[in-house]
Amino acid sequence: MNFRLTQPAILIDINPLNELAGVNNGAGERLRVGALTRYRNLERDPATAQHLPLIAEALPHIAHPQIRNRGTIGGNLAHADPASEMPAIVLTLGGRLRAQSAKGERWIDAADFFVGALTTALEPDEMLMEVELPKAPPRSGACFMEMSRRRGDFAIIGVACTVRLDDHGRCAEARIGLCNAGDGPVFATQAARSLAGRAIGKNEIAEAAKLVQSEIDPGGSIHASKEFQRHLAGVLTMRALTKAGERARGSA
Amino acid sequence: MHPITVTVNGTKYERQVEDRLLLSDFLRHDLLLAGTHVGCEHGVCGACTVIFDGAPVRSCLMFAAQTDGHRIETVEGLAVDRDHLHPLQQAMRDCHGLQCGYCTPGILMTMKVFLEETPNPDEAQIREALSGNLCRCTGYQHIVEAVKLAAERMRK
Ligand SMILES: Cc1cc2nc3c(=O)[nH]c(=O)nc-3n(C[C@H](O)[C@H](O)[C@H](O)COP(=O)(O)OP(=O)(O)OC[C@H]3O[C@@H](n4cnc5c(N)ncnc54)[C@H](O)[C@@H]3O)c2cc1C
Ligand code: FES
Ligand code: FES
Repeated sequence: MNFRLTQPAILIDINPLNELAGVNNGAGERLRVGALTRYRNLERDPATAQHLPLIAEALPHIAHPQIRNRGTIGGNLAHADPASEMPAIVLTLGGRLRAQSAKGERWIDAADFFVGALTTALEPDEMLMEVELPKAPPRSGACFMEMSRRRGDFAIIGVACTVRLDDHGRCAEARIGLCNAGDGPVFATQAARSLAGRAIGKNEIAEAAKLVQSEIDPGGSIHASKEFQRHLAGVLTMRALTKAGERARGSA
Repeated sequence: MHPITVTVNGTKYERQVEDRLLLSDFLRHDLLLAGTHVGCEHGVCGACTVIFDGAPVRSCLMFAAQTDGHRIETVEGLAVDRDHLHPLQQAMRDCHGLQCGYCTPGILMTMKVFLEETPNPDEAQIREALSGNLCRCTGYQHIVEAVKLAAERMRK
């Protein structure tokens, strides 16, 4: 609104809906984050730190403390900025989102939710209620890295990845997502698939990084050309996968 | 128009506000608390930072109507009186932490809460906490020194 991108005739303040704020850490394998949960609350939430290490690592990169004190997870995901960290993370983790309207509710997979730049699968009469994310499983590691011009700026490119190891220390499953690498958050399917069943070694990681570079379609800007963004995506993918692999080996 | 009751620096105000009136403009034009500065009006510069229910926020990204029943602190509420500045203000003065002073109110309000939550910060933490406040004059060096000095004095 401050950019005059939208000039709504009617504006509803949903801030008083306290029941939509907070993290619901049930006994199961999934954790639910209410739409009105502020970044700052997530940053200070022990369950998030324990079960959603990818988010915990990304939060300090999102804007500044004063913005994180007010900004909400629901507002972030519904806004769906392609350069934003959260959509890429929710996509990488394979989360799902609950939408509600006067007609009823439905769950939308992250892969279907993010349609394009500032565009989601939400209908005009629907509101985002919460997002459900899988907790980090045993023998897994996650890593988020981004490059921005200054602390708190939107990422020039950001990479989120998770690695889960099998009993032999090989990669059972890898997931890789990027922000500011296309029209919306990008899930690097081929790169992730290329690692399955293999060791997480130097060569495998370099191969996956190459695939990531071919799977993304960054837009370029005055701050960074497409070529530079692609280069960064490769470098950050290698670093983040290496780190996630190390963390997975270190976890019980 | 919305009727609101909001507490600013301990004083309760009852006002009628226009739907689209920004909190920053409400503070400056309606309450005549012009210490809160406005630089960019889209959340980037930090000049308009005020403390809302204990947390530093951008007053240019909120509507006055949203403050009904809430508590706000602005730079005017920091000093006890003319001769007794808040330790942060005194330290900014002692360390030459300001030149034009445009960024200063936002920095003070951000640092007040930061030091309450982090009484013994290292330099990296101070710089991280300052990252949401742009200063075009000082180069930040003296602001960092001032925050260190204030922290030291406030611990005593
Ligand atoms: C200086 C600055 C730097 C920033 N840097 C970053 C950054 O690095 N990374 C990043 O990701 N973001 C960044 N942001 C954006 C910030 O994260 C916002 O907090 C985020 O866009 C959401 O804001 P909000 O929760 O206040 O939602 P709003 O701004 O209130 O809403 C955003 C949109 O979503 C809609 N909406 C909100 N809630 C819901 C809901 N529950 N259901 C349906 N629709 C809803 C609104 O109608 C609106 O269209 C930055 C912002 C600023 C000002
Ligand atoms: S005027 Fe509010 S952040 Fe710049
Ligand atoms: S003192 Fe001039 S902008 Fe900071």
